[in-house]
Amino acid sequence: MTPNNKSPHGKTSHSTTAGAREKADKYTEFVSAGLGRDLAKRLGLPQPAILRRYNPQAPLVEGPILVLGQGSGADAVAQVLLDWHQDVRRHATPKTKLGAIVAVLDDVQNPGELSEPMLAVAGSLRDLNKNARVVSISRLAAPDDAPETAAARNAVDGIVRSLAKELRAGATANGVVLENGIAADSPSAMAALRFFLSGRSAFVDGQFLSAASEGSRQAPNWEKPLEGNIAVVTGAARGIGAAIARTLARDGATVVAVDIPAAGDHLAEVANEIHGTALQLDITNPEAGNRILEHAMSRYGRLDIVVHNAGITRDKLLANMDAARWDSVVAVNLEAQLRMNKALLANTCFADNGRIISVSSTSGIAGNRGQSNYAASKAGIIGMVKSTAPLLAPSGGTVNAVAPGFIETAMTAKIPFATREVARRLNSLQQGGKPRDVAEAIAFFAQPQAAGVTANILRVCGQNLVGQ
Amino acid sequence: MTTPTTPGIRKAVIIGGNRIPFARTGGAYAHSSNQDMLTAALDGLVARFGLAGERIGEVAAGAVLKHSRDFNLTREAVLGSALAATTPAYDLQQACATGMEAVIGLSNKIKLGQIDSAIAGGVDSASDAPIAVSEGLRAILLDLNRAKTTGQKVKILARIRPKDLSPDAPSTGEPRTGLSMGEHQALTTAQWKISREAQDELALASHKNLAAAYDRNFFDDLLTPFRGLSRDSNLRADSSMEKLAKLKPAFGKSLGDDATMTAGNSTPLTDGASTVLLASEEWAAARELPVLAEVVDGEAGAVDFVHGKDGLLMAPAFAIPRMLARNGLTLADFDYFEIHEAFAGTVLSTLAAWEDEEFGRTRLGLDGAFGSIDRAKLNVNGSSLAAGHPFAATGGRIMATLAKMLHERGRVDGRPARGLISVCAAGGQGVVAILEAR
Repeated sequence: MTPNNKSPHGKTSHSTTAGAREKADKYTEFVSAGLGRDLAKRLGLPQPAILRRYNPQAPLVEGPILVLGQGSGADAVAQVLLDWHQDVRRHATPKTKLGAIVAVLDDVQNPGELSEPMLAVAGSLRDLNKNARVVSISRLAAPDDAPETAAARNAVDGIVRSLAKELRAGATANGVVLENGIAADSPSAMAALRFFLSGRSAFVDGQFLSAASEGSRQAPNWEKPLEGNIAVVTGAARGIGAAIARTLARDGATVVAVDIPAAGDHLAEVANEIHGTALQLDITNPEAGNRILEHAMSRYGRLDIVVHNAGITRDKLLANMDAARWDSVVAVNLEAQLRMNKALLANTCFADNGRIISVSSTSGIAGNRGQSNYAASKAGIIGMVKSTAPLLAPSGGTVNAVAPGFIETAMTAKIPFATREVARRLNSLQQGGKPRDVAEAIAFFAQPQAAGVTANILRVCGQNLVGQ
Repeated sequence: MTTPTTPGIRKAVIIGGNRIPFARTGGAYAHSSNQDMLTAALDGLVARFGLAGERIGEVAAGAVLKHSRDFNLTREAVLGSALAATTPAYDLQQACATGMEAVIGLSNKIKLGQIDSAIAGGVDSASDAPIAVSEGLRAILLDLNRAKTTGQKVKILARIRPKDLSPDAPSTGEPRTGLSMGEHQALTTAQWKISREAQDELALASHKNLAAAYDRNFFDDLLTPFRGLSRDSNLRADSSMEKLAKLKPAFGKSLGDDATMTAGNSTPLTDGASTVLLASEEWAAARELPVLAEVVDGEAGAVDFVHGKDGLLMAPAFAIPRMLARNGLTLADFDYFEIHEAFAGTVLSTLAAWEDEEFGRTRLGLDGAFGSIDRAKLNVNGSSLAAGHPFAATGGRIMATLAKMLHERGRVDGRPARGLISVCAAGGQGVVAILEAR
């Protein structure tokens, strides 16, 4: 049971994560209006947009959704969007501003078939609203596909990633990839589509989510998708971890906030704000997994979601690396997760539809100078996710990771100004992300509707120029 | 509120506790008020047990050194915490036994069915202590407030003399004897012929035991960091008999070579706060909260230290035999003893008195000595000599620590593990209690 959800007397609220527009960085604010906007335009300076972030009360997208594609998949997807009470168009109407374009390409068999739908997309790009979305739905290029089919399917990858780099004003392009046999309108694919259309994916650009199975047919609760779920978030005392805890709580989960004892004061603040519980625990403790399970089972009788967010950096060029730096980073960022997953998988109460979400990093994908230890741990997570997914699949569980790029946190605020300014502009959205952008992606993976989405590594980086 | 299903008295249990690390005066909490610290201790407890927004039956806490503006200290702390604003609170104060009395008083309300849940606490800051103007200046200022004409005001202000301007700082001196607590204990320590070495050994054990408890993460669910501190700042894990032996006597210097009490075997002035979550068994079960121990019994005692021959801090030596007799227990029936280390001499004088035939016969009215304890059961996770002693916060620290120890121990010889607490207090008082494992 969750006694702490019942009281109407809480003095704190988590409206900060659900409510009004957050402040962007100073430069973005400056070039978003008036003199600054004109100046940036004339000088050809980057003009990052103020991104549309998720608000449960706001519409899914700002404007009509144009669904392109001739096959039955496109019709089915259009029907789902109608069921979501969206303004759906099947043909472009000139001069009509659009909130999103969904290109359903699941029936493409050879490269020639891409021409027509892509030119249709092209014709409507200038009608996109600010912060609009372009989402493709296509099939995974598998080794046993005919070469023409595989070529056509993989071509979508290049299209989406290029278009993401062309779009402006906060608009993004992303894609849903269907594994063989999965219908375009399967719950998993539609959950991914909804994520990409919504403000939850504000800082996700040029990325793909793959649906490996149909997913849950249970009636979705889009307002509170995590209602009744018990979630554990490690490293929850501050930064991205605190944002994850708040976001999961906003979506209805009861959160057990975990962090090292030395961070207990900040942890208590977060736990009290979201009416969860604080568990002071060093995750490198060999018993950490069992302690977490014991806490969740004894207090709430279940555990549904585990977010491995806790991590540390001990940067040094490899030539100057020492054992303390190397070992501590690998111990906290990777070995602790492996050990905790073992304990979770061994527990029948968790394994039923359990969700594990790890925080990786673009450093783990593209590498980063001075971070060989950190990148090892974060790339290690990707390997761990891929091989853990089949272990969880039989009991309906999923395991995924998010890979944040440049996120505005207390940690990145310490980077020297010039380096920070360059780092935050080096992506298609020309700005740093917010901790809650990472949290929204994690909350998506935790949704019951995303039951068929597993073994994904989703970058939350505004399409950083490095790596995939 | 639920009515007890069976008429009569129900049980009160300890669910857990939370304190902030204790800091030596003038250190990490030099600029923290009692209200800041008590609020932090409450919020840590609320977070540990997921009580944000909940209405608790009652919160009782207090401070020994208290500003007059803090007349409603505990209620103000509750209003600043994550608890429901509908949670009532009251302040209480029984010197160093404040936290003990808060636990016992609230447990009694739970036992009677008046409340289902409660938080007992205590806080003290010797850093942020109130400083009063002198009595002379106070009288002048009050007269000034009553004066009507400028002439009268000038006349009253002219009464101020330089000596009136020196402030009145609080002291730990006993009003009736003028002696500080340390000087009082020095007399008792000498009276019971407690050696310097025995006191230093007890102090060393306190530091070693507390450090070991931290090292095995014992305090992970008893403590929440505050102001950058995550361990008690008085703790000296590397202390040794040699280091302690080098310290010069701090109290009882008039005793000359017989002076044995040093800064090493006496508690320093400390800042800190503690809380304990109490409830009926039903309340705990309904929330699936853990139950660590039962509050079995408690008693307050006092000695006539002004006219009689008993030392200032010897009240527990009398209160415990009375309480145990009432419960049909002897010292041999306990698995843990928590005797508050105001001074090493206090603990050792109490034990010496219990082992003394004469004391047992003439003062306790027994056939002989009250008994002795197995020293391996004494303050096994350290006590005030190592942790420090923010007066009103010590009771809560000991209650929560012992409750967890008992719960971990479980059952002994087919009965629940049992613990005894003794906390001495100014004014010749002391409060003692019995806990049993759950």
